[in-house]
Amino acid sequence: MTLPVKMTINGTNYRHEVEPRMLLVHYIREVVGLTGTHVGCDTSQCGACTIILNGQAVKACNVFAVQADGAQIMTIEGLAKNGQLHPIQEGFWEKHGLQCGFCTPGMIMAVYQLLERYPKPTEAQIRHQLEGNLCRCTGYHNIVKAVQYAAEKMAGR
Amino acid sequence: MATATGTRLFGAPEKRREDPRFITGRGQYVDDVKLPGMTHAAFVRSPHAHARLKRVDAAPARAVPGVVAVYTALDLKVGALPCGWMLPNIKVPPRPALASGKVRYVGEPVAVVVGETAYAAKDGAEAVRVEYEALPGVSDPRKAHDKGAPQLFDDIPQNQCFYWTIGDKTATEAAFKSAAKVVAQPLRNQRLIPNAIEPRACVASYAPGTGDLTLWVTSQNPHVHRLLMAAFILGIPETKMRVIAPDVGGGFGSKIFVYNEEVVAAWASKALARPVKWTAERRESFLNDAHGRDHVTEVEMAFDRGGKITGLRVKTHANLGAYLSTFAPLIPSYLYGPLLSGVYRIPAIFCEVWGMLTTTAPVDAYRGAGRPEATYLLERTMDRAADDLGVDPAELRRQNLILPFTSGTPYQTPVAFAYDSGNYEPALNRALELSGYAKARREQEEGRKRGRYIGIGVSTYIEACGPAPSAVAGSLGAGAGLWESGQVRVHPTGAVTVYTGSHSHGQGHETTFAQLVADQLGIPMAQVEIVHGDTAQIPFGMGTYGSRSACVGGSAILMSLDKVKAKGRKIAAHLLEANEQDLVFEGGKWSVKGSPGKAKTWGEVSLMAYLAHNLPQGMEPGLEATSFFDPPNFTFPFGAHVAVVEVDAETGQTKLLKYVAVDDVGRVINPMIVDGMVHGGIAQGVGQALWEHGVYSDDGQLLAATMMDYALPKADQLPSYETERTVTPSPVNPLGIKGAGETGTIAATPTVANAVIDALAPFGIAHIDMPLTPDKIWKAVTAARK
Repeated sequence: MTLPVKMTINGTNYRHEVEPRMLLVHYIREVVGLTGTHVGCDTSQCGACTIILNGQAVKACNVFAVQADGAQIMTIEGLAKNGQLHPIQEGFWEKHGLQCGFCTPGMIMAVYQLLERYPKPTEAQIRHQLEGNLCRCTGYHNIVKAVQYAAEKMAGR
Repeated sequence: MATATGTRLFGAPEKRREDPRFITGRGQYVDDVKLPGMTHAAFVRSPHAHARLKRVDAAPARAVPGVVAVYTALDLKVGALPCGWMLPNIKVPPRPALASGKVRYVGEPVAVVVGETAYAAKDGAEAVRVEYEALPGVSDPRKAHDKGAPQLFDDIPQNQCFYWTIGDKTATEAAFKSAAKVVAQPLRNQRLIPNAIEPRACVASYAPGTGDLTLWVTSQNPHVHRLLMAAFILGIPETKMRVIAPDVGGGFGSKIFVYNEEVVAAWASKALARPVKWTAERRESFLNDAHGRDHVTEVEMAFDRGGKITGLRVKTHANLGAYLSTFAPLIPSYLYGPLLSGVYRIPAIFCEVWGMLTTTAPVDAYRGAGRPEATYLLERTMDRAADDLGVDPAELRRQNLILPFTSGTPYQTPVAFAYDSGNYEPALNRALELSGYAKARREQEEGRKRGRYIGIGVSTYIEACGPAPSAVAGSLGAGAGLWESGQVRVHPTGAVTVYTGSHSHGQGHETTFAQLVADQLGIPMAQVEIVHGDTAQIPFGMGTYGSRSACVGGSAILMSLDKVKAKGRKIAAHLLEANEQDLVFEGGKWSVKGSPGKAKTWGEVSLMAYLAHNLPQGMEPGLEATSFFDPPNFTFPFGAHVAVVEVDAETGQTKLLKYVAVDDVGRVINPMIVDGMVHGGIAQGVGQALWEHGVYSDDGQLLAATMMDYALPKADQLPSYETERTVTPSPVNPLGIKGAGETGTIAATPTVANAVIDALAPFGIAHIDMPLTPDKIWKAVTAARK
């Protein structure tokens, strides 16, 4: 059995027939072909699959594609506009907020929501907001700095 | 040997060139590979720790829609997974790619289902019926040694895979006889599960027309994968196999090894003449990635009246799991015992290791690999001793330090290693200073009066990096040489492609190696391309582990740079009609000493090497070189770390207030990248001290098999760290680099464990085994209060 789904991802409209059990993250990666969103744990612990779904940072491995029918989605591929990096992306590059890069897309999408909630976050707020995104490489030190960089840059705009 | 010049790019915190693709979601990891006609594999895994395999019924799975094929050990025609490191009298159990006859750990692959989609393959895997006859299991390496313990293999009595010793038994016994004080501490170094955030994955693609097999795999060492799989498992010529390790999302050791899944996928791709992909679910990573640590140890340290260490005696039962992973025997032997001198003068050491088979997942190198185990027992025991002797733990360490040796004469330990260069006190002093050690001690004393339990932990460490002198490795049982390759190919425009045998899975080689090349040639980094991770492109290489890429891989590149520069100099001299000796190479051009106007640029010389219109007589055209660097010794990074924690005696919660790391990794190509590696290492080390534990039940069920049960460090549990370095160049490679990949992991565990136990001193608590969870601390405090 399949069901029709339609959604807008990074400004493009998609329509497909999918199995009802298909996870949104698999829909994005396998059906739509946007592989920037990663699967790290399947159990909503690691946050590598974080996307923005209708304005909320969501772990796409714990949503069925059919639940996102009609949704507006932004993935890591949709963050830079016209070849211009988003300040969060810039922050991760400037402050060495990534090493292997695997958690990075999800981490950046989580930061996107973090900075909507706290435009001038304290270190404690940053750390608390990111406790649902695991990174095994950086020890989080430079991720915190990357968020601070982005916050300052975005405040200055 | 050439020495690197200390100009701008070498030593600069250059932003990473690999980042733009990662921050925009355009990295290419194995799971992103999609091929026409690709199928997907799912594995049926043993739910039992130990059982006889009675029957595997694949028929119901074959009837599932979308299932392409089901294979068991009866179908698979491949060799056993080999072990690449032998020890004297070791008993090597055969490790089949799919279980045959018996299963020996939970998660061991029993059958594979290949489906048109990953979902279909998983449906099929659920439908496979396997009949088991359960047998008793054993997860503890010491219990596995008992007479009457469950036997994994009929021909390996009492599950003892090897017995290994190092050091001088007689001298050590004498030291203990004449000791003024002996400090003894039984301790456990618990099992860890590596958990790179990218799960392991592979895509195997066999081309029936040519017989070529291409394997994309999450590997830290693609040539090692190719050699072991082609020559030992699949039985095909190496020339017919290409291994590609593209962007790899962290390894920490776990992606060094050859695993069941890529072997099965490769074989199935040939059987089906279709590409086969497998990507681990996280639970599969927990069950079948090689685990780390898992030692049960008894330590005794002897002291004289003045607090000088006179002897060290260590007995360890090392858990190897059910089968030997690729380099398993090396980790609790030569990467462990020879580190037991630490940075201390210890005249006599004797270490015994029993390598034990248990009904658990195989154990192999995990970040640090043997060295964290050695450092932990040494540094934990130093704190125990300081307590017993009534001296400050930092002071006890200081008075036992090896004196500085930086002139190239190595320091010979009593356990085989000769350290390359070391100056240990400045790092300790700086760490104490940065952490405000004296002030923290005063605050601790004040706090205790008010029921506030602050703890201060100090640890020094040493590690052996940059493996290895190949001849030494061979004499110790290695099935491989441990040199590294570096090829430099100069193009007619003067742009350079470097092919390195090192592999980057987060280390940033595309940046650091480019810095090295651009620095040496005086050309912009934009003209330098670093190629790695593809056996069809790079010369045979040994890959990345043991903090070896910069010091061994970088040195191989430097050797090739020296060769192309030497040839370029001859061409330049010819074109300038000058004597070679009269040329200076600076800023990307050769000029004649005294007449700087007479010059040829790197680009002009490169072009002439390929035009070949006007070369010195007899010179071959072209400009490229390949080199293999085999280091004369290991490198020995060292340092001192300090942690300040606060323990809530009512809840058992530990809060890490401050963390200071002073490391000496020799010379540094990119300090930003080295700092980053230190940060990540610290987090993993803290994880072991406080939270992480791959818990097995006594009979071998893995109780921590998801990220909900296995506590990886999170952002809100860690502080920002203070890092600094002292610089003691290594004399064993031309770059003076010691290596920086594992320092944090090695040092942070004893540092934080010592800090927590120090906080609990008022309760008379002298030791708790890691991880120091709130539960354990609360129980210890509660028991002490009674």
